[in-house]
Amino acid sequence: MSMKASTRQVDGVTIVDLSGRITLGEGSVVLRDTIKDLLGKGAKNILLNLGDVSYIDSSGIGELVSAFTSVQRQGGELKLLHLTKKVHDLLQITKLYTVFDVQEDEPNAIKSFSVK
Amino acid sequence: MESTLESVNKAEEMVGQLAKQAGFDEDARDGISMSVREAMINAVIHGNAYDPGKRVNLSLEQNNGELIITIGDEGKGLEPEEIPDPLAPDNLMKQSGRGIFLIRAFMDEVRFRKLEPGTEVTLIKRIPGSDLDRQEAST
Repeated sequence: MSMKASTRQVDGVTIVDLSGRITLGEGSVVLRDTIKDLLGKGAKNILLNLGDVSYIDSSGIGELVSAFTSVQRQGGELKLLHLTKKVHDLLQITKLYTVFDVQEDEPNAIKSFSVK
Repeated sequence: MESTLESVNKAEEMVGQLAKQAGFDEDARDGISMSVREAMINAVIHGNAYDPGKRVNLSLEQNNGELIITIGDEGKGLEPEEIPDPLAPDNLMKQSGRGIFLIRAFMDEVRFRKLEPGTEVTLIKRIPGSDLDRQEAST
């Protein structure tokens, strides 16, 4: 299953709903292009909803890290929402779980962004 | 197999099926499939550099209580000991360099062998409930 990304705006936060696999090739490219496009449009608060992401490989992890640092460099914040157990475990193993701001509830996640 | 992303996906799928037949649970199957994916990516991209003239050899074996997967490329060779630790503070936010670390996290044994030319990596996972698995549990 290839990856799909759709974006929506809620209270000054851009929520990106991702589904499928973030893996080397198409999945990683979709994520990279989506973030690049959002930053180009001036988005600062980005919430990646990974609830329907079934699988991430090392390339996908790399894209998440790259997205995080790109948004930070632009003075914004990138947070993760609704991690599946698989993705949660993977971020734990790679010690990235504490690097990312991981949220479990969408309304609270939206409130947590510092600048609107 | 050809040095393409299609080969990576095909190998991952084949191993997933074999791991299911061998009796691994879902978590273990995911780990095995991911390890094979990462090893295949290393072979296709870092080893053979997508060169259509170079092949990736994949061998799958279920033997004596173990699932043994061997992946060989024809690239310039890999020094696994020289790969930086992706958990080191300076490397944590790097975009790449986690593949072999993940393989080692999910498999019971990982061995590298130099080929002329290339690299061969052998991934071993003990089958739950097998004699080898019971020996491991009792030590």
